[in-house]
Amino acid sequence: MASVTEPQKVDLQEPAGWRRTKNRLATILMWISFVVVIIPLVFVLYTVIAKGASVISWSFLTSPIPVSVAPAGVGGVGPAVLGTIEIVALATVLAVPLGVLGAIYLNEYGGRNWLSRFIGFMADVMTGVPSIVMGLFIFSIWVLHFGFSGLAGAFALGALMLPIVIRSTYEMLRLVPNELRDGSYALGASKSRVTLTVVLPAALGGIVSGVLLAVARAAGETAPLLFTILTVTAANPNVFSGANTSLPSQIFVNASSPYPGGQARGWGAALTLIAIAFILMIAARFVTARFARYQR
Amino acid sequence: MEQPEQNVAAQTGMPKQDVAARTEMPKPAALQDVGRREFAAPSDQVIFDVRDVSVWYSSFKAVTGVTMNIHENEITAFIGSSGSGKSTVLRSFNRMNDLIPGARLEGEMAYRGEQLYARDVSPIAVRRRIGMVFQKPNPFPKSIYDNVAYGPRINGERKKGKLDEIVESSLRKAVLWDEVKNRLNTSGLSLSGGQAQRLCIARTIAVEPDVVLMDEPASALDPIATGAIEDLMKELKKQYTIIVVTHNMQQATRVSDRTAFFYVLTDTKSDTRTGVLVEYGPTEQIFQDPADERTKAYVTGRMG
Repeated sequence: MASVTEPQKVDLQEPAGWRRTKNRLATILMWISFVVVIIPLVFVLYTVIAKGASVISWSFLTSPIPVSVAPAGVGGVGPAVLGTIEIVALATVLAVPLGVLGAIYLNEYGGRNWLSRFIGFMADVMTGVPSIVMGLFIFSIWVLHFGFSGLAGAFALGALMLPIVIRSTYEMLRLVPNELRDGSYALGASKSRVTLTVVLPAALGGIVSGVLLAVARAAGETAPLLFTILTVTAANPNVFSGANTSLPSQIFVNASSPYPGGQARGWGAALTLIAIAFILMIAARFVTARFARYQR
Repeated sequence: MEQPEQNVAAQTGMPKQDVAARTEMPKPAALQDVGRREFAAPSDQVIFDVRDVSVWYSSFKAVTGVTMNIHENEITAFIGSSGSGKSTVLRSFNRMNDLIPGARLEGEMAYRGEQLYARDVSPIAVRRRIGMVFQKPNPFPKSIYDNVAYGPRINGERKKGKLDEIVESSLRKAVLWDEVKNRLNTSGLSLSGGQAQRLCIARTIAVEPDVVLMDEPASALDPIATGAIEDLMKELKKQYTIIVVTHNMQQATRVSDRTAFFYVLTDTKSDTRTGVLVEYGPTEQIFQDPADERTKAYVTGRMG
């Protein structure tokens, strides 16, 4: 380039001054926030793994619950693992279809009619109900008549999950662009077809994430189970009748026990609970990835 | 993409044919379909008979006074400025406006002699015969194959062999087959804009509709893709009747047999805007010898 004149110099540096300072400040603030969030997470994980990992073994996961005075290494939390899986699975079966269908009604069918607005409002109110109140509610309408059972616990947990499932599913359905619905309608699809074959598959990833949040929340709840499953030490494979137990309840019992063996089993139960939630998350990610392979 | 430079002002150059016929022709009155005698049209079969139609969105009158006949195996173009009601009228032909809460239609709209808005008419049955292609390509988040097979499947077709056949023939008609035949299982969202729009056209014709409505099908596409869509439209009209809304007047002159010009009237007293059909006739007539001053102003680019 044999240019006659010297090419003009341009300065593409960000100008110094208040703007650059603001940029730096904001970046530093974001890093601080990140660290503040990550510290408790790492701390919790570290503590639980450090104190629980030594206890965990296959026999710990399957053995019966011993008395609290028993030293570490004796017995395990088998009945609690069983109870948690039973109760949370039943609660999921109760709450997820109802919640997803409810959200479909709210977004696809109800529109802005009074019933839809009423249900939406009630779901939001329900989100704010303390979990122990939900336990008391089930206690008064179910347990007093039919006794303690895993089913009662599942009712309480399901009632806690329901508003979360409704709200998260509703938000995901709202994100599905109307162009997709129109495209399906224009081919002569009925509303139920449009919902089942276009809207739900398009929103599936988000719905599963929301459901998982609800399941994880329910799996970790102790308070609503206190009045509904009673928390016993014996294994009870029948979820529909008889007192039951769960991991959070066992953590609660063991953590308040004065004996080192009991406390160690408490840590082990905590780690088990975290591991179950983690495995669920991974499994659900795989499932959604399979369904969502056409989303991009 | 033929005649690319024809017609930023087609109105200045006379077409080769019909000069004599046109000069003898009495000035057509607006709203009357006068073209059938003077200009040879491929078909006289009327598909839609629209009489004095108005469409309302709740208390807002979006378009009024629409009277027109749509003819079989022709491409009819709707032109006019934004808010003039073109898309509203288009969406009335397959009752897509039913999906908008508060939308209602007054007047008569007959499809092959049947009243589209009669009480016992199912919008679902209507839409299976009258398909629609939208402004923004909207492939479903499914595989290319499943996109095209979607319509036949909801119509109850389950046989794999038959579906394969429909998918291939629809993609061939939409001139997309060669580009996608080796990746029918990849996502419809992986296609480029022009390909996605052709996929949507393939999806629409897979249900073998009678009429295809197109709402600015090429407005989101580059000139090459637009040319491909236009060629495709001309090919498709042998088999289907097409109504197309377009903001691109060259496109209207390139592809359409008849053109309807819509105009938006503003009522200053109540500050409401209502679309009206100003003039409807053979495309050449609308662009070269419009009867209405407003049409003339619009097609010559002095307005809109």
